[in-house]
Amino acid sequence: MTRVHDMGGRFGDGAITPEAEDDPVFHEEWHGRALALTLAAGGLGQWNIDISRHARECLPPMDYARLSYYEKWMAGLAGLLVDADVLTRRELETLTSDMPSPLADKAVSADRVAPMLAAGGPADRPSAIAAVFKAGDAVKTRKITGNRLMDGGHTRLPAYAAGATGRIVMLHGTHVLPDSSAHQLGDGAEPLYAVAIPAAHLWASPEHPDDEVILDLWQSYLDPA
Amino acid sequence: MPHDHSDHDHPHALLPSDPALRVKALETILTRKGLIDPAALDEIIETYETKIGPRNGAHVVARAWLEPDFRAALLRDATAVVCDLGYYGRQGEHMVAVENTAQTHNMVVCTLCSCYPWPLLGIPPGWYKSDAYRARAVREPRKVLAEFGVTLPESVAVRVWDSTAEMRYLVIPQRPEGTEGFTQAQLMDLITRDSMIGTGLAVVP
Repeated sequence: MTRVHDMGGRFGDGAITPEAEDDPVFHEEWHGRALALTLAAGGLGQWNIDISRHARECLPPMDYARLSYYEKWMAGLAGLLVDADVLTRRELETLTSDMPSPLADKAVSADRVAPMLAAGGPADRPSAIAAVFKAGDAVKTRKITGNRLMDGGHTRLPAYAAGATGRIVMLHGTHVLPDSSAHQLGDGAEPLYAVAIPAAHLWASPEHPDDEVILDLWQSYLDPA
Repeated sequence: MPHDHSDHDHPHALLPSDPALRVKALETILTRKGLIDPAALDEIIETYETKIGPRNGAHVVARAWLEPDFRAALLRDATAVVCDLGYYGRQGEHMVAVENTAQTHNMVVCTLCSCYPWPLLGIPPGWYKSDAYRARAVREPRKVLAEFGVTLPESVAVRVWDSTAEMRYLVIPQRPEGTEGFTQAQLMDLITRDSMIGTGLAVVP
């Protein structure tokens, strides 16, 4: 099983509220601050993107449901900072510290922002694992979703797409496996594919017989069908 | 690294509950420890408020509409093409362009979090990150589209791209009729953010 964040296909959420194209990027000042803080703290290099996603997913389900988007980012960041020993619980609580940080020389300065954002963090890596599927091949996703390396760990096969039959649309190359990377077990790079699954294989009442959902799935999530 | 904490011992419970104060508290302690430069935060915010946004994506789409060779290259290897235009970067490291046609309408979601092509479209709007969109876009895309004022004919199939990896998707909307002879700048004004996510169509002039 996965976690509370895995909500694709869920019923009960109500209508969506579109936004005007010229609405502010950040609706509250603290939203922008929260995003910037997360990016700058990430620049300390103490965790990767899979670890940071998992930190948000590990929030207790009641918190995940209750907190707004950027509140979840802040809660995830607080967890990351403590779990990575960047801050102590006491420092978080008192907001004071008499200990300088050994990571201070890694702090992102204003002039490093543009190069940091431009460099990004590509996820493709060489891999000794050969691609066994090609475009058009029929595949079946794992029936039971969940991390095979770490119970309750990070994974990217959504529950709604588990045990479904589809076909390979394209091979994206070999990419870091989040199930491994989120737990500091190495990149574990393997072939990554776009897999098309007919809506009729996913939902009790699909809207249209020709509709489909396409997911990016790693080779180890798939079996031949 | 991240692990399960119970409701009460999760580190975030140590911070003030008001969100603005919570952010301020984190910024304060990280600054005191020399781990954050507040000027860098200002720079990040300004970048996404004023420099990186959907005009970048509109530039790519307008060129795809105008130049057949560019369109072919974009569909073949979008990452290389956007890189050449200076639109490579964080959350846009691996790009795929998908084209709407008379038979197929593409729409993008991230059901597991909020993955989105930042260098081309900027920071996602609130609705893209909402539980309702994440939950419903895969199961009932046509009902979702209707909430954006879009009704597709029965002859069009919907392909919903769930961004479950580091691949990021840019929808190339259909070029509206009556735009023959339009310049790139005129076309860019028709290309909305929503049309490049697939929850909208390009504006008909």
